[in-house]
Amino acid sequence: MSDITGAQSLVRSLEAAGAENVFGIPGGAILPAYDPLMDSTKVRHILVRHEQGAGHAAEGYAAATGKVGVCMATSGPGATNLVTPIADAYMDSVPMVAITGQVPASLIGTDAFQEADIRGITMPITKHNFLVTDAADIPGRIAEAFHIAATGRPGPVLVDVAKSALQAMTTFKWPAELQLPGYRPVTKPHAKQIREAARLILDHRKPVLYVGGGTIRAGAHRELRRLAELTGIPVVTTLMARGAFPDSHPQHLGMPGMHGTVAAVAGLQKSDLIISLGARFDDRVTGDLATFAPGASVIHADIDPAEIGKNRHVDVPIVGDIREVLTDLLVVLEAEKAAGREGDYESWVAYCAGIKRNYPLGYDTPAEGLAPQYVIERLGQIAGPEALYVAGVGQHQMWAAQFIGYEHPNTWLNSGGAGTMGYSVPAAMGAKVGRPDATVWAIDGDGCFQMTNQELATCAIEGIPIKVAIINNENLGMVRQWQTLFYNERYSNTNLQRHDKPIRIPDFPTLAEAYGCVGLSCESAADVDSTIEKAMEINDVPVVVDFRVNKDAMVWPMIAGGASNDEIQYARDLAPKFDEDDL
Amino acid sequence: MAELSSGKHTLSVLVEDRPGVLTRIAGLFSRRSFNIESLAVGPTEHEGISRMTIVVNVEETPLEQVTKQLNKLVEVIKIVELEQGHAVQRELMLVKVGASAETRGQILDAVQLFRAKAVDISADAVTIQVTGNSGKLTDFLRVLEPFGIRELVQSGMVAIGRGSRSISERSGRPVAVPAPPPAG
Repeated sequence: MSDITGAQSLVRSLEAAGAENVFGIPGGAILPAYDPLMDSTKVRHILVRHEQGAGHAAEGYAAATGKVGVCMATSGPGATNLVTPIADAYMDSVPMVAITGQVPASLIGTDAFQEADIRGITMPITKHNFLVTDAADIPGRIAEAFHIAATGRPGPVLVDVAKSALQAMTTFKWPAELQLPGYRPVTKPHAKQIREAARLILDHRKPVLYVGGGTIRAGAHRELRRLAELTGIPVVTTLMARGAFPDSHPQHLGMPGMHGTVAAVAGLQKSDLIISLGARFDDRVTGDLATFAPGASVIHADIDPAEIGKNRHVDVPIVGDIREVLTDLLVVLEAEKAAGREGDYESWVAYCAGIKRNYPLGYDTPAEGLAPQYVIERLGQIAGPEALYVAGVGQHQMWAAQFIGYEHPNTWLNSGGAGTMGYSVPAAMGAKVGRPDATVWAIDGDGCFQMTNQELATCAIEGIPIKVAIINNENLGMVRQWQTLFYNERYSNTNLQRHDKPIRIPDFPTLAEAYGCVGLSCESAADVDSTIEKAMEINDVPVVVDFRVNKDAMVWPMIAGGASNDEIQYARDLAPKFDEDDL
Repeated sequence: MAELSSGKHTLSVLVEDRPGVLTRIAGLFSRRSFNIESLAVGPTEHEGISRMTIVVNVEETPLEQVTKQLNKLVEVIKIVELEQGHAVQRELMLVKVGASAETRGQILDAVQLFRAKAVDISADAVTIQVTGNSGKLTDFLRVLEPFGIRELVQSGMVAIGRGSRSISERSGRPVAVPAPPPAG
């Protein structure tokens, strides 16, 4: 009995899969789906201004809540505009389902109006994708898409649905089970590997917990803290793992990598055992791989077996969900401790603490103008650790990772792997939809902001009162920093303003007002607190603050691209001194 | 007979027979910079499951990445590396050779020697079908070369493990899905 349309079946499938919010824009091929969507009481559709915004909003929603984010677009250009956020979600393992309309099945392959092979286009950047041409397949494919997106190593799944399937009559039959013979993610770690890992942890003298984004995706922050406190081992949290371990914790050495703390970089570099938890030895962390942590054995735990041993030789591979890995490891190590067997890390812990003390994060206050780091630092202190911070990409992102103290997982959202400028505003919008009671601050650069700021209209109209701090240095700051350091201060195409007259294009507070938001600006250190406080008091509409900051500020510490972690510079031309004798 | 060079590995890959699965696998090889030497695909004894024989030219460590990345593809069910001594490997070649009244006899002698087969004969050419491993085919071509090779076409390698075991026994249980909330 065919009693409903494929479009109705799609909406019922989204409801059945538990989707509560869908970010999208209608268009020709997806149009049939929007008709029943209008009547759904379970699924809220949020009409965005650009499909890229829909994709990043779905990512922000997913990263803030741990649930699957959903975005929707029409065929052709609608679908291709989703490509960047899909690639972003793939790099950062964000659970996301993208639904796209496709031209009617009879027209596929004819170069029809608004036809693009979005399944082919997104094959390398999705965990999986489907093309549905038979209405009867809609519930099954949607169920599979949500299952694949959320389980194992999370990631984006695209379901491309032909318009003819949306228009056909069908019956809704939600599958009781899924036939996915090739998809069996391993979550339970092997007991032998856990015992071997425990043996290495007890036998080594200089271990470090290298915590990656997988720890946050697995919801393993409590287990991580228990393991760290049980053993006393120092912890570093990567850019994707900020918040997985409290920044206020004395064992926390900070973020490693290109702009990491000296203590976190040294903590990895000088260690004799790296315990990697949901991290992937990314080039931004390791620097030159050949000279990375030369004396370290490696325990590598990850839910994705392909990450293990991809970049760095591994001594103990553990395939599993990080939460289950830590739970099992805790059982073994607690039993060892009860039997009087503990690791001896005393001099190593003291060494790391010494570096942390001697090389804290810091910045120079410029003689003129406003230090961007100060703005971000004060923002973190005033908004506090319960707020969510969503960064764009570049200098402001690094400062937001460095100078805000994170205490909880899922409070720091950013585009880590892909480095997508324009992530911040729409992702903050999605985060605010998922966590309506939380304060959500987008921390964005003036370059990034102009890539996706049209979503402020969505925020204002749909009642999504995010707060945006534009760290406005009138330049593409990170590129400019590299030009300063590596291109003899030749600033090719990084100045976003007119070179001849001092007028601001655009004027951000005016732009914010035009979008129905409150626009504020701040140019001096003396006004930073009062401006942030004013923004914190406005909770009915979005607020945009234009912080006009010094353009010469640079992100330190820094390890130049491709250089060894040994060559970390604490400030320009200033290398830290590692006293090996202390070890 | 030429041995497979040390970097060559033969993978048997069982996949769900769905549209796009070949693109997915070829695309994976391309974007991860793995070289495919040869690829052959066809049906198996189980309906809905295809088998690919892929010859890759990589060292051990990248080979592990190849198989791990292939395993991540949702439609890939199973991967087995077929080691040379423990598997039968065959390629099929059709080759058209120039032949005159004087040379035809010599060509047909070579055909017999290599247990090949003349499948088409015209006044000035012979078309030959030959199967074997890549070493045999190379040797055969060397013999034919002086007569003038006009055209040749070759299949990818197919391979199967020796002995009684089968790699394609079905595995994998279905995944239970939570029931949807009532409609409304």
